[in-house]
Amino acid sequence: MPRRHHDMGGLPAGPVATDEHAHAPWEKKVDAILRLLSGKGIMTVDELRRGIEEIGPDAYDRLSYYERWITSISNNLLEKRVIGVSELGEAMQEAQIRHAQAVGSQSQ
Amino acid sequence: MPDQPRFDPGSTVRVKSLTPPGHVRTPWFTRGKNGVVVQLLGTFGNPEDLAYGGNGEPRRPLYRVSFRQSALWPDYDGAETDTLVADIYEHWLEPEG
Amino acid sequence: MSHDPAGSHDHPHPRQPDIEDGPLTHHMALTEAVAALLQKKGVITGEELRRTLEDIDSRSPADGARVVARAWVDPAYRERLLEDVNTAAAELGIDTGNIPIRAVESTDTVHQLVVCTLCSCYPRMLIGLPPDWYKARAYRSRAVREPRAVLREFGLTLPDHVEVRVHDSTADMRYLVLPRRPGGTQGWSEERLAAIVTRDCMVGTAVPVATGG
Repeated sequence: MPRRHHDMGGLPAGPVATDEHAHAPWEKKVDAILRLLSGKGIMTVDELRRGIEEIGPDAYDRLSYYERWITSISNNLLEKRVIGVSELGEAMQEAQIRHAQAVGSQSQ
Repeated sequence: MPDQPRFDPGSTVRVKSLTPPGHVRTPWFTRGKNGVVVQLLGTFGNPEDLAYGGNGEPRRPLYRVSFRQSALWPDYDGAETDTLVADIYEHWLEPEG
Repeated sequence: MSHDPAGSHDHPHPRQPDIEDGPLTHHMALTEAVAALLQKKGVITGEELRRTLEDIDSRSPADGARVVARAWVDPAYRERLLEDVNTAAAELGIDTGNIPIRAVESTDTVHQLVVCTLCSCYPRMLIGLPPDWYKARAYRSRAVREPRAVLREFGLTLPDHVEVRVHDSTADMRYLVLPRRPGGTQGWSEERLAAIVTRDCMVGTAVPVATGG
């Protein structure tokens, strides 16, 4: 098995970019979800990491930090059958509708 | 009752040169390298088990292991005294022979 | 007390859309959906989620700076901090949770630097969420192999007689750098000392400087 993608210590890379962004509300929500699930013993930080490591090199680099986290969290919750696939799809659709309504009411 | 920790501070150890697939917390760049045990940190749930839905038992001794940078990287260009410390679980360590 | 000790928020991250106005991305919708489903199923409550978000917002480098400043003025406290950060922080009323944090002390002859090459472990319960660069490929890859070059990019050039000691947070410990107290700070109050301890000083990519009146 070759070196895994996330295990990057010592590899060549460019300069450290020190510009920063303030965490968006949804990013903090991802963090909060993981803390709660971990605190309740539903999933471990180790499972979070495993899920992140398994998303593949392309997605690992393309996704932002908390995009990787929520990908791993949702996959773990599906594997553990805490949530189901189609109900997750429906909840995502509902989130989009709620957001569109909120944005629409803002611009009126 | 878990076994006594195998290594004392000051012991020279080698990180096992294993390359399994799956979740591991031993960085690639330390594998096969010699270091010195600085401190026993205690025993902790095994991440290789916790990552797959297990309870982490049996818990594993965890050590702080110090490496000379010049031993990790043949072309290291910092000071000869520079070091790197990583936390390594006992089952990834063997006595340096 | 500034919560932005790096002073580098002038340029918003380009990948960060404004959640209030822009479209909901796939991952934002996924986040909202997971949160909604977990509440609907009674796995978590809205109150728990709200309290956890408040807790995340309440943590900042200011807490770590208080701990460092106390260690600078109180040798017995310094000893306790080096023994066990969680317990020492609790003395100052800071609850750092159950993940063990260890302090590593920079001195005249050793400069401590913290990284997590495998993910982004960070003493977040004491100093808040990590900055973007701590989680990014460049820092995670290079801090272990060419720490002096990385430090120079942060504006810190160390002489060869100072050992650079890099800590890779590979396991269950989180590492906090106890920086060296700079000269010219004799007689300073704890509050004044804490004000020069930035987030980056506690990661090791900066050192405190005696500035200000």
